[in-house]
Amino acid sequence: MILARVVGTVVATRKDPRLEGQKLLIVQTVSPQGEPKASSYVIAVDTVGAGVNDTVITVSGSSARMAEGLKESPVDTAVVGIVDQIDMDADHATASPRKNKGK
Amino acid sequence: MRLGRVTGKLWSTARIAQHAGKRYLIVQPIDTDGNGHGSTLVCLDAIGAGPGDVIYWARGKEASLAFYPEIVSSDATVIGIVDQIANEVV
Repeated sequence: MILARVVGTVVATRKDPRLEGQKLLIVQTVSPQGEPKASSYVIAVDTVGAGVNDTVITVSGSSARMAEGLKESPVDTAVVGIVDQIDMDADHATASPRKNKGK
Repeated sequence: MRLGRVTGKLWSTARIAQHAGKRYLIVQPIDTDGNGHGSTLVCLDAIGAGPGDVIYWARGKEASLAFYPEIVSSDATVIGIVDQIANEVV
C-alpha cells in the first residue's frame, strides 16, 4: 500500500456502470513525513469516506478489486484506510528514503 | 518477495472491514547489504513484525492471500521476519 493525500475529487457522468455510486478521489503520493512526491497523482475509488486533505492508504493493482464492493469492477487503485497517526523509528523519523541510500 | 526493514507503525480507525484487527507497518525496501532502496510503503502485517525488524514482503495480488482463506485487499504484506542473510556472491 502507498501513502497518499487526497487533493481533489473527480465527477464523471459517463462511466462504466460498475462504477456508479462510487466516489472518485485524486490522490498524491506522500512520504511518511508528509512530503508530497511530484507528479504522482492518481484517481482512486473511495471505500472509507475519505475527504480532501486526509492522508490515506491506497491499494493498487488487482488487489484493489479485492475490496468490498469493488469485485468485478474495472478499478486499479482504491483508498482502503484513513491515517490517524504514524510512528516512525527514531532512526527514520526525519530522513527521507533517498537520504537513507548508502547509509 | 522482497527484503525490507520495518521503520514505523501506522494507525487508522476508518479502514475497510477486511483490515479490521490487522496491523499496518511502514516498510523501507532494502538490498542485501541493508541499504535503503526505493520508496517507503505501507504493508499489512501477517507475521507479527515490529519496528527495526528486517522482513520480507509479498507484493501484488499474492499479498491478498497472506491471510488465506480470508481474502483481504492488500498489495503489500509482510510474510516473514529475516534471521540471517547469506550473500555468497561478492
